[in-house]
Amino acid sequence: MAGLFEEIPGGGVAVALDEVEISILRSLAVQLLELVGPGDQPAAGEDPLAALFAEGPSEAPSDPALARLFPDAYGDPQADPEDAHERAVRANSAEFRRFTENDLRERKREDALAVVRSLDALVTGGGSGAVLKLADDECRRWLGTLNDLRLTIGTRLEVTDDDDAAENGELYRLPDSDPRKPMVMAYLWLGALQESLVETLMP
Amino acid sequence: MGQVSTAPAEIERPESAEETFAVPEPDVPWVTLVHNDPVNLMSYVAYVFQTYFGYSKDKAHKLMLDVHHKGRAVVSSGSREEMERDVQAMHGYGLWATLTQDRG
Repeated sequence: MAGLFEEIPGGGVAVALDEVEISILRSLAVQLLELVGPGDQPAAGEDPLAALFAEGPSEAPSDPALARLFPDAYGDPQADPEDAHERAVRANSAEFRRFTENDLRERKREDALAVVRSLDALVTGGGSGAVLKLADDECRRWLGTLNDLRLTIGTRLEVTDDDDAAENGELYRLPDSDPRKPMVMAYLWLGALQESLVETLMP
Repeated sequence: MGQVSTAPAEIERPESAEETFAVPEPDVPWVTLVHNDPVNLMSYVAYVFQTYFGYSKDKAHKLMLDVHHKGRAVVSSGSREEMERDVQAMHGYGLWATLTQDRG
């Protein structure tokens, strides 16, 4: 049975992770970093001030997982995209994106980096795993990254409300031979981890 | 990040007879909508509403259920700048949010 987050008396949370779990979490967080991209760090020799004022993209990402992480701020998702009003608000989305997407990417990156660092700080040995302890500010970063990972994997798996509703949708009854099976297992595990973390943080 | 939009709001919808009469009013409030998605945990969505907006447990839970069952819910209202801030925050939490001028 996978370990879940629990409150530590006196503050913070803890979860027991075995070495396989640590390795999976680290690998997923690194993949998320690669997906989100390098952020707007100035390249070597470039003016760091220029990066501060660099504008972000105006178009939504074409990758569906990135599009879910960085959604449009204006427009009705259920409306006809050719509708005159929808075309008009698309310009607002583009402008909003130019001024916010870089910041959001940077935040998601910093959260995922914090997750990798906290995993790398664990001392494991003898195949016994380790207990990960998180302070309050680390909890928020973990919560964000767990959610970003589930959004990304859920988009890749094309999870639907039908899968969610009964918890016995097609995705959850895949045969072991299905190539999606490991990702579904990871998705469910991340969900349980996140659920337990939310419970400890609930005001 | 301050105000990010300078373009006037386009609210005319030619296909609707009723709304062709609508004239952009600066004091018509804007709203932040959170849309349902199949991935976000219900507990997490309620947690975000409590944490970011400071809503009570009951109100956050009810809004979360509205999102889940009705497909979307209005979670805040105010000026366009305030709603852009709320939408930006919701995107930061991974919630799917948009802002729109309240024509209701």
